[in-house]
Parts: sequence; C-alpha cells; structure tokens
Amino acid sequence: MSKKLNILSYCKIKDDKISLNGKVIYQDHSNDLKSFFKNCYKNLGIEYSKFFKMDNLSKLGFLASEILFKDLNLDSSIKGNVGIVLSNKSASLDTDRKYQETINDKDNYFPSPAVFVYTLANIMIGEISIRHQIKGENAFFVSEKFNETLLEQYASSLIQNEKSSHVLCGWVDVDNDKYDAFMYLVTEEESQNYSKEIIKKLYKEN
Amino acid sequence: MKDVFISADTIISPLGFTSETNVSEITQDHSGITLHNNIATSPCYASIIDNRKLDKAFSKFGNAKAYTKLEKMMILSLQNTIFKATFSISDKTVLIIATTKGNIDALNNDFDAERAYLPVLAGKIKEFFSFKTEPIIVSNACVSGVLAIAVAKRFIQNEYYDNAFVVGGDIVSEFTISGFQSFQAISEIPCKPFSKDRSGISIGEAAASVAISNINTEKEAIQIIGDGSCNDANHISGPSRTGEGLYLSILSALKEAKLEPQNIDYVSAHGTATAFNDEMEAIAFNRAKLEHVPLNSLKGYYGHTLGASGLLETIIGMHSIKNNRLYSSLGFDELGVSMPLNIIKNITKTKVNTFLKTSSGFGGCNTAVLFKKVNL
Repeated sequence: MSKKLNILSYCKIKDDKISLNGKVIYQDHSNDLKSFFKNCYKNLGIEYSKFFKMDNLSKLGFLASEILFKDLNLDSSIKGNVGIVLSNKSASLDTDRKYQETINDKDNYFPSPAVFVYTLANIMIGEISIRHQIKGENAFFVSEKFNETLLEQYASSLIQNEKSSHVLCGWVDVDNDKYDAFMYLVTEEESQNYSKEIIKKLYKEN
Repeated sequence: MKDVFISADTIISPLGFTSETNVSEITQDHSGITLHNNIATSPCYASIIDNRKLDKAFSKFGNAKAYTKLEKMMILSLQNTIFKATFSISDKTVLIIATTKGNIDALNNDFDAERAYLPVLAGKIKEFFSFKTEPIIVSNACVSGVLAIAVAKRFIQNEYYDNAFVVGGDIVSEFTISGFQSFQAISEIPCKPFSKDRSGISIGEAAASVAISNINTEKEAIQIIGDGSCNDANHISGPSRTGEGLYLSILSALKEAKLEPQNIDYVSAHGTATAFNDEMEAIAFNRAKLEHVPLNSLKGYYGHTLGASGLLETIIGMHSIKNNRLYSSLGFDELGVSMPLNIIKNITKTKVNTFLKTSSGFGGCNTAVLFKKVNL
C-alpha cells in the first residue's frame, strides 16, 4: 500500500529575500551575497559560530534548513532520522574556482585544507546534519536545471521504502554572485499533496 | 516492489580496459600505483591511466581530441557495458553518472571551463550513446559510486525506470592531489590499508560501469538486496570516532535484506589507509558484528579512485561471486586498528553468495549495499 505524502513547510532564499510558505520573512538590499547571508544570520537570531567558517554554498543551505527546522520544531527522535536530498547545477564550482587560484601559481602556492574541504557540494548536507544531529539518508544530485521529477521520485522512494519518515529536499545553488535556494520538508500524511507539479509550482512562485 | 539485478560490468583502470583483465591482474597482486614525478609539486605515488593507451582504445569509437580524459574513460567503459547488457536503451532506461570532481581539470587546461559543470559532462555521455532520458548525476564525495547503485536500485524498485546504466569515474588531478596533500593525507609509499604502518592514501583514476535491471536473464544472477546511506553528524572532514554513520548504513541494509551479520560471506571495505578512516571502519564493522567476515580493501591495487571507487570495488565483488574467489588486501601486513578484523591476506577459493560493499567520505557520508547470488 503506497503512502500518501505531503509537504509540511517550504522556504526560498533568492534576490535578497527569504520567504517561508509563500510569505516574505526577511528582505534587504545587500546586492552582495556575502553581506546578505550575514544579515540573514543576524536577523534570524541564529547562534552558531561554525556558520562563519562555511563557504557560500553551505551558508545558503544552512540558512534555509535553519528556517524550516525552526518553523517545524520537530521532535528530536524524528529529526535525527530525517533524510536529506539536495541538488543544484554548479556542485561546488564556486569554491572549486577559489581553491584552483591557490594552486595556479607555483611561486605563490597556498592550498588550504579549510578551503579544499568545501570543494564538495555534499559538505552542505554534512553541515546541516551536524547542526541538527541528523543521521538519516543522504544524497546529493546535480542537474542542468531544477529537477522536480528527480526530487519527487527520490524522496518518495525513501519514504515508500521506509528508509526515512521525513525528507528535507531542495535545490541550493551558488555560482559566482548568483544564488538560489528552495527547500521543503515532506512526510507521510493522511492526504496526498505531493507531486512534481506541486514542487515546481512552489519553486516558481514569487 | 520489483527485484533488481546487476549484471554487465566494465572497469577502465591502469590495470586494463575490461573487468576480466582487471581481475586477472589483481589475482597476480599487480598494482596500478607507481611513482609519478610530474603530477604534483613533488614526486607522488598514484594510479594513473596512460593517455596514449586510452586514446588508442578510444579512437575506435570516437575522436579522442574532442573529449576530456574522464569522458573518454567513462565512454569506453559504458561502450562495453552497453554492448554486453541484455537490454538496450529505451525511454525507461536511466543513465546514472557518479563522480566526485568530474572534469575539474577543465579549470586549468585547454578545454572550455564550462566543461567543469557536471551537467555538461553528463550531456556529452548522453549524446554519445543517444540516451532518451535526462541523466542523473550523483556527486556525493567518495560514496558517489556505490550510492549511484543504491539510487538505481530505488528508482527501478519503485518502477520509475525499468533499467539503468551506471557509470562512475574520476581522474587524478593536481586539484585533488594538492588538496589531500594539504590535509597531509597522502602516503609517501603505496597505500597500506588497515596496516600498522599505514600513512595515508594513494590517489588513483578509473571509470567503472554496470547494467542494472528489473529483469534477469542469466542463470546465476546477482541481486541488489539492501542499502543504506547514513550521515555521521559528527565532522565535515574527520571520520567519526564511533563509526556511527557507517554502522547505521550497514544496519539499514541488513534490515532491508532481512539478513543477519553471519549471513555475509565477504566485506569489500573502503579502507583508504588513513589512520582515522581505517580505525573508524574497524569500529563500525565490530559494532555490526562483522569482525569475523573476510574483508579487503582494494585501494592497494587502484589507489583511491574517489567517485569511481565504490562502483569499481562492487564489480570486483561481483567477480568474487562468479569466480568463488576472495582477492587479497594488497599492502596489508600487520593489523593496525584497535579492533579485530579478518583481513584477506592471500587469494582464497571459497563459496561467495552474499557480500557487503561500503564506502565513506567527506561530509560524514557513508553508504552500504548488499549483493546476493540468486540461482534462477
């Protein structure tokens, strides 16, 4: 018997604006992602000093997950087993380019482990997992553009196969000064309200 | 849910361009790891595919100048796997690509830097073989290869696709070598997984591919019967001190397969040969009561091939089932972890019905997949 799935909450971060379930909860005019992420951190009242060590991709994914988990206030036993399925277009290329600069010049060669570790997009999943003590299923996918079918199918398979009861899904992309995050939490409920059309509609809405 | 079978397979590595030649080479304890003088700022042991050999093999199928090294490795591997597979590409076939760093060398070579975007790489492979559906790219650090098998299994089980071709690959680049050097994780001698005097990893490059399907036509088939991919929630670069994520992944796979630890005949471990990784695995395997099961790491033959490793090592496991042979854990001498493990020292003739493949990586990720021989 297949389970009925429903999106509990969703969050978007784009164009100097954060929205939660369709409502704008923070906005400014930073015009620069680094200052915007810092302003978000302050205005959302987050206290987590590791945030400042993260690269921009992990910061963006971290902020979106903070907003969702704060909104949902899940029991820690449920939270500990949440599946995390994230995707983007650029993987970690934004940080890869910065790391490559540190090895291009043999006379000025300074590869750093603190930068190198962020040359993997799934580090963002690790950061979210550490913050919330989540030991659930993980996967990171890369696609040319937002792929609602992939997210719908993979999250459904995790819940149908009883690997996860709740799955944190989304798209988190940072490429040079462009950024785009859309994240939602899906779980089993009494009525079905989860399809690729719904995911796409929520992703596209302003 | 549908049963899922894994069959045709091809390894492209310095040890050969088919799985059979690779198995024959490791049977003779040959390693692809040699000293290289021009891949890093100082001489470095690594397992690297000869460019001329690769181009020669590739030129039978396409223009070697038009593709990056990684694309050529992946295409060559898939070419043979697709040829051997008992199904052909349809609109219910998915191409799954596993890679950790893709064409990362495009940031610093003659190819357009756009080539470093993984969807561009995937597009080249899709186009070459005329796949009909959008490729799925799994880029989840060093578990990518084996996670891609789990992803294929789930998509086929839930009937989103009938079958899949899964290819994993990564190259040795200055990017990854310098990065692991900055972590002081590279061994000054060929890597020695689980040994007392191990001192880090050797990097390698390879591509590996398999065919996965909901229909099996072989008399002796290999079924994918369980999987799990759990996070340590502990540290972004350091392995967990308790082996938590790996332990949970193994439990999840066993539960799904309805198997007990004593039902496992062989463990194909990750075994990178860093002090902390191998210790973490020993703790996780002991927590899972797998300490008596014959176990190896194949990194002594191939080095750490990143996103290819889990897939490549699964293929060797499939050949262990077919040949009823367990291959030795090259580079191992004296056990150097705090918990007991049954490391395979010499090639062993024995019945292999069920095996466990595990991988772990940065970001606290782990994957465990269980495979079983079925007689139809």
